[in-house]
Amino acid sequence: MANKIIFNIIQVLVVMAFAPLIKGLINRLKENIQSKKGQSIFQPYLDIWKLFHKNEVISEHSTWIFRITPYIVFITPIFVALLIPVLTGYPLFFAFMGDMLGGGFILALGGFFASLAAVDTGNPYGPMGASRTRMVGFLAEPVFMIVFFTVSFIAGSTIPYIVHKHWVTPLANFFEPSHVLLMLAFLMLIIAETGRIPVDNPSGHFELAMIDESKGLEYSGKAAALMKWGGCMKFFVLLCIFLNVLVTPWGLAQGETLWEVLLAIPFILIKIFAFVIILVVIESSLAKLRLFRITEFLGAAFVTSITAMVTRLLEM
Amino acid sequence: MQDYNVVFSVLTKINALAGGLFILTAFGIIAMRQVLASLNMFIFQSILLAASAFVLGYQHSSIHLFVVVGITIVIKTILIPYLLRRIISKEVYARREISQVLNIPTSLLIAVALVIFAYFISSPLSNVTNDIFVKLNLPIGLAGLFLGGYVVIVRREAVPQVIGILSMENGAFFTGISIAPDLPLIAELTAAFDVLIIALVMGILTRRIHERVGTTEVGKLTSLREE
Repeated sequence: MANKIIFNIIQVLVVMAFAPLIKGLINRLKENIQSKKGQSIFQPYLDIWKLFHKNEVISEHSTWIFRITPYIVFITPIFVALLIPVLTGYPLFFAFMGDMLGGGFILALGGFFASLAAVDTGNPYGPMGASRTRMVGFLAEPVFMIVFFTVSFIAGSTIPYIVHKHWVTPLANFFEPSHVLLMLAFLMLIIAETGRIPVDNPSGHFELAMIDESKGLEYSGKAAALMKWGGCMKFFVLLCIFLNVLVTPWGLAQGETLWEVLLAIPFILIKIFAFVIILVVIESSLAKLRLFRITEFLGAAFVTSITAMVTRLLEM
Repeated sequence: MQDYNVVFSVLTKINALAGGLFILTAFGIIAMRQVLASLNMFIFQSILLAASAFVLGYQHSSIHLFVVVGITIVIKTILIPYLLRRIISKEVYARREISQVLNIPTSLLIAVALVIFAYFISSPLSNVTNDIFVKLNLPIGLAGLFLGGYVVIVRREAVPQVIGILSMENGAFFTGISIAPDLPLIAELTAAFDVLIIALVMGILTRRIHERVGTTEVGKLTSLREE
């Protein structure tokens, strides 16, 4: 029992420690593809460190929502990290506190408060970005629902620890059409939810075109560091769900000893690195969609998830 | 025996995967904005048809289905795209937006409804048989048929309509290879050449329309008057 609590805490620490590294890696690889030299992959750590030592300015027109939001954005991915398999293949202490839907709700709570805080200050760019995020969000919501329904129907559960075992026992399950289509739909969801390129440009500095970034424009100092770190962790957690539960459920620790769990850390990092390379290729080869084309992108994701459901539900 | 079962289950899954992606490409033909992307989707769909025919041919050890694989790959993924690109001027393919009667998200929702309808009407048929390949291929092929017909209805341009007809034919083949794996070779050859001639004739017709009228938007042809 004590073991499992310790492993759970190790999972959280891994998420906290390596999340900025993944972001730095993406930035570096993207610049390399554009044949630039690129920043160091440790740059996000330095940014966060620098921001923690800066003074904080808070608008006097803002309310408590603006002040509390960075903490919520920072803490919600940590809660999700308690629920999902990051390092171990067997359920840990908090695993049955919530399922994948619960994790989705917790992440949505962070997004909800970030939108509220963006509206709170009265900065004209904040509400614009917030309303756009909501638009992407409500288009992504039905896809999320269908994906979870299909997963729960196929695997008989929505607890991620049970789901990820289903795909590989036996291995033929991995090639089920619904599984492959689910992976596709979830990939499109991750791109939409984390503001990657066909939907949003994460490295753009033009406020009028921003979707995700403009919500954090008003923050400075410690609050900005927390928002930034929280955003990295949300990305890391979503990747963990995608890779460990849906795509590659291999390489997780099966034994209960400490060194086996620690050995799982390089495995998850290698998996994420491999996926990041694919993501960077997608990002570099596509152009950003116009705002009203996002409907079509998420419509395609919706149709993919529906096809996954239909081929599974109605064939029997 | 154990070994045979493993091979069988893997074959079933590969066939099912080809089927799932087959529907997805049919959606792709509806949703793509560029004519060229639609054509590429059609090529991909034909490759999936060939994959399914290959799996079924291996399962039934039927030489006819391997011939179908060969015909499909040669005619549908090489000859027809080549003909369509060669006959019709580049201008048609270079245009980015192709006009549709409905906008694309609405189209996709209707397409989803059509797929569910296809599954619904094929369920009494597939309850009759115990063959797992028929159970899988029948509704998917039927859905491909419906979606191809829907493309013909909803697109206003000539070339995507041709692609729609060809993908209807793909859907019919997808069902056919599972229901009648021992169809005489002559019937399959006839069907395949039929498709080739259809593509050729329609391509030339489209080219003439494009030369005369300056557009391939056949949706507007009803308003033409003799002067």
